[in-house]
Amino acid sequence: MKNHLFLAFTNLKRRKLRSWLTILGIFIGIAAVVSLISLGQGLQNFIDTQFEQLGADKIIIEPESFGPPGSVSDEQLILDDGDLKTIQNFRGVESAESILTRTGVIENKKEQEVVFINGVSEEYINLFDGSDFVEVIEGRQIKNSDNSKTVVGYNHVYGNIWENELRVGSSIEIKGKKFDIVGVLRKQGNPFDDNSIWIEKETLRNIFEIGNEEGIIVAKADSGFDVEVIAEGIRNELRNEKDQEEGEETFSVQTSAQLLETFSTIFTVIQAVFVGIAAISLVVGGIGIMNTMYTSVLERTKEIGTMKAVGAKNSDILFIFLFESGLLGLVGGIIGILLGAGIGKSVEYVATVQLGTNYLQAIFGWQLIIGAMTFSFIIGALSGVLPAMQAASLKPAEALRHA
Amino acid sequence: MGKNTIIELKNVEKHYQMGDSIIKALDGVSTEINKGDFIVILGPSGSGKSTMMNMVGALDLATKGSIYLDGENIENFTESELAQIRGRKIGFVFQTFNLIPTLTALENVMIPMIFQGVETEKRIEKGTKILKKVGLGHRTGHLPGELSGGERQRVAIARALANNPDVILADEPTGNLDSKTGKEIMKIFTDLNKKGKTIILVTHDLALAKHAKKILKIKDGRLEKQS
Repeated sequence: MKNHLFLAFTNLKRRKLRSWLTILGIFIGIAAVVSLISLGQGLQNFIDTQFEQLGADKIIIEPESFGPPGSVSDEQLILDDGDLKTIQNFRGVESAESILTRTGVIENKKEQEVVFINGVSEEYINLFDGSDFVEVIEGRQIKNSDNSKTVVGYNHVYGNIWENELRVGSSIEIKGKKFDIVGVLRKQGNPFDDNSIWIEKETLRNIFEIGNEEGIIVAKADSGFDVEVIAEGIRNELRNEKDQEEGEETFSVQTSAQLLETFSTIFTVIQAVFVGIAAISLVVGGIGIMNTMYTSVLERTKEIGTMKAVGAKNSDILFIFLFESGLLGLVGGIIGILLGAGIGKSVEYVATVQLGTNYLQAIFGWQLIIGAMTFSFIIGALSGVLPAMQAASLKPAEALRHA
Repeated sequence: MGKNTIIELKNVEKHYQMGDSIIKALDGVSTEINKGDFIVILGPSGSGKSTMMNMVGALDLATKGSIYLDGENIENFTESELAQIRGRKIGFVFQTFNLIPTLTALENVMIPMIFQGVETEKRIEKGTKILKKVGLGHRTGHLPGELSGGERQRVAIARALANNPDVILADEPTGNLDSKTGKEIMKIFTDLNKKGKTIILVTHDLALAKHAKKILKIKDGRLEKQS
């Protein structure tokens, strides 16, 4: 077998340009598949981490809206303190709290920035006790008595939002009201969170003159209760109170699992489409290998005849040609993996540095690398089956007559 | 069939389909080739001598009649078995050398041994020895493209000798060489014959016939005369 591989390899060297062109057809496809899967893996990991942080026992109730948080203005659409009470009192709900969000201008000396301002309560923070979402890396979290204190997102201190440096102890102004920075949030890896600031909820309500709106409500299910069942119960209860028809609710109730599933599904569909396109290019690449191999068999007919004359069995010829096409695939695969890794890492770089997110980490497990190499070898070998069989079945006397 | 007979053809016919008509390339050929023979199969182009070579070399099966190799009817073997037997018992030398251009002289010589499953070290050792014997000990690492015609044919002869076969079957081995080089090559064949190898030479060149112990003249698919 080692010798067949050697013979196959020498044949490839002979037609360098053609071999490379054939390989090109494969490595583009493999590069696409590898970069997409690696990024997909990264995104999946991100989703899994988020799920872990959110906790499986959470139910998120929010107004149906298509804009960014805080953009709900229609009185009909908002969730109010009545809704929050309903949820808090629902059987199986251990606790429920809301987060209110507004877009606002904050001032740091002469500078101004528009950011998301979140209004939170101690109870809300406690809902996520132990999670990265509410962790402060410096100072402390918001307390209910903090009417002029703020906890800022990571980028305010360590990012490049401000010319004038901010840190714990500095202060900023919102609508002319001064807030002292008492803490810095852990880096979340996306600009929405890392650029936002947190203040006490009732303070936010006063500054922005928000009535009884409750923004997004997060409920925590009691242990021993089925989260899905409670979510369904909350949905029915709210619908009844608001006198809405099923399917026409102005709010949504999702468990953390459902929330992430929605995310996952969209992402899986996108990935499937791209991998599908990549698969088409691999099929085309495979046809390219087949074409090259048929040409090769034709060109080397006399050589095949000679090898058979000097003792090559049909299986010897078959393996030489199968290895040859397999090698074309494998080399294409290796180059494709390297290129795919480059693309994946570039996307990761752009996402991290330019967009400030860490959703898109390109992750290359050995399974992906070994898998892609095996796959490309198999594509190559499969594409070579018919030409190799043709070569193997040549009659020596006729093959030797070939010019 | 004598006990020294290596190859025997009995009433061999070979037919080819050419459009609507059937061509009888060989039309009832019988002959015996014995160990130690130096046979020249002589005939003009189109006489059927190439077909004859294919039959003698077990490269093809007869349409009618039988071919025996060491007493065994070659029809009893599968294609692959026959290839293995060929590889062991018959060494082929072609007019156009038929070397693999990407392999060195030594690697080309090693090919028949690969198909017999000879181990790498043994192959290198034997291959080098044979190349020395044909006077190419200093060119083992050269590619065919770097060798002259005569040298290439020597490599081809070395390849034919790789598995130490009883029979060397050469098809116009001097056809692509100048006369001086041709003579050198013929010298190798006569020397091999003296050492006991059976040589079968297929040619249209009457001048080569003088080396033969036995000439098979072929015309229109029939043996004319055996002398």
